[in-house]
Amino acid sequence: MTIFGKKIPMFFALFIWMIVWEIIGRMELLFLIPPFTKVLTGMWELLGNGKFHAALGISFTSFLYGMGLAIVIGIPLGVLMGRIKLVDELAGMWVNVFVSAPLSAVIPALMVLLGFGQTTVIFTVMLFAVWIITIDTRAGVKNISPSLIEMSNSYGAGKWDLYSKVIFWAALPEILAGLRLGLIRGVRGVVVGQLLIAIVGLGELFELYSRNFLMDLFWALVVLIFMFAYVISEIVNHFEQKVEFYAGQR
Amino acid sequence: MQSQVVTTEHIIEVKGISKTYDGGVEAIKNIDLQIPRGELTTLLGPSGCGKTTLLKIIAGLLPPSGGEVLINNKPVHGPGPERAFVFQDFALLPWATVLRNVSFGLELRKMPKAQRHEIARKYISEVGLDGFENSYPHELSGGMRQRVGLARALTVDSDILLMDEPFASVDEQTRRKLQDDLLKLLQIEKKTVIFVTHSIEEAVYVSDKVVLLGPRPSSVMKIIDTGLDHIKSDGDIRRDKHYLDLVEDLWLILKQYLT
Ligand SMILES: Nc1ncnc2c1ncn2[C@@H]1O[C@H](COP(=O)(O)OP(=O)(O)O)[C@@H](O)[C@H]1O
Ligand SMILES: [Mg+2]
Repeated sequence: MTIFGKKIPMFFALFIWMIVWEIIGRMELLFLIPPFTKVLTGMWELLGNGKFHAALGISFTSFLYGMGLAIVIGIPLGVLMGRIKLVDELAGMWVNVFVSAPLSAVIPALMVLLGFGQTTVIFTVMLFAVWIITIDTRAGVKNISPSLIEMSNSYGAGKWDLYSKVIFWAALPEILAGLRLGLIRGVRGVVVGQLLIAIVGLGELFELYSRNFLMDLFWALVVLIFMFAYVISEIVNHFEQKVEFYAGQR
Repeated sequence: MQSQVVTTEHIIEVKGISKTYDGGVEAIKNIDLQIPRGELTTLLGPSGCGKTTLLKIIAGLLPPSGGEVLINNKPVHGPGPERAFVFQDFALLPWATVLRNVSFGLELRKMPKAQRHEIARKYISEVGLDGFENSYPHELSGGMRQRVGLARALTVDSDILLMDEPFASVDEQTRRKLQDDLLKLLQIEKKTVIFVTHSIEEAVYVSDKVVLLGPRPSSVMKIIDTGLDHIKSDGDIRRDKHYLDLVEDLWLILKQYLT
């Protein structure tokens, strides 16, 4: 960011918005928006709160299981779609429909099927994350230069070596891009899932805080979740940059 | 690996090979060709005439629509250890170092790391890439990348090198250097080479035998023995009257197919 021709570090912009938030909060225009300092103390309170720890634990495990499923399904499905025409034709339409569909709408159906608990949340996360991972993996596999495959075949590569030593690595830049987007969607999946169910994890806390007008705690929770999503996407971004050097020339 | 090779004069025999692609493009038609052991044979023809198609069929990378290829009297059903391919676009793994790329053929053959790296280093040095073992392909020039491709083909110790326009994507000066270095290398490494090019000069300069392919669907138009001593003349070939005559002769034939 530049202001008056001077380079300003990123966190400075953040700082300005915090001050704006603080001022608006102090003016007490909206009781919905407490001053930012109050949100910070709320955050501090949360971090020492047993209920929060429990909610975080259950949300995080749901997220992990859901993402694990999304990865274990999404990457192989994407690879198969990229390599086998029949699979591509069979699955392609559905994957493309689901990637942009308003999936929150199917959560109630999931609740009926899987109950009002963690299983539903896990499947919500999976459902939110898996499609973009599949689509990006497929794109990466489709992008592989045919001569890399021919090279491997000409030197006698078996199926397993072809996939594990060549195709996976050649598609890795796209796979990581899909993973980053998938993780962000997965966070959304946890939140939306738990909000709709409203009796597990963070969803329960959100429900509790907003019903009791504990806005500082409510916002503290929101900010913490945003931070979590940001941090994991940055972690994947870090790995993406490590493979960037070959993304442009395969 | 090559314990019971039957020694025949012709290491490769192409018998009535045709190829029609799925879309209906008839690339090559009824090609008969015999490749003498230990020589460098060039497939020369205009772009799109089916040179790559024929080379890939010989490599076993592409099934023919008709006919068969015999290597040491045995029919080809796929790639084999007696053939190594050098690709026009180099086909290097961009995420792997020169050392890993060069030893990749051996890695696929499950040779232990220390052993395959030792062999790879030898060929990295032979193609003139000493000191670049730990570089990545994107750090190398086009000419150097093809040296990596060539070294990789040499490590697997196959009798036959199949080279598809290996020097087509580098600049003229580099190409000449690569041609000379290839000829020198072939003095050390006794190989049978099939070399694809669309350059008449390159064909005559490097080969013992030039196979001229006609326009699509192509068949063999003419086979010429160059009779040039590539090594003794040490680069002076380009001024040799015989060389110049051959280039001119080939041009006169090829010219008829261009419109
Ligand atoms: N996979 C393919 N599918 C359909 N047509 C192809 C394919 N590969 C090559 N061809 C066609 O076959 C002809 C010969 O191609 P190729 O062997 O690559 O020629 P060359 O190497 O001599 O330039 C060309 O007309 C090309 O368009
Ligand atoms: Mg070609």
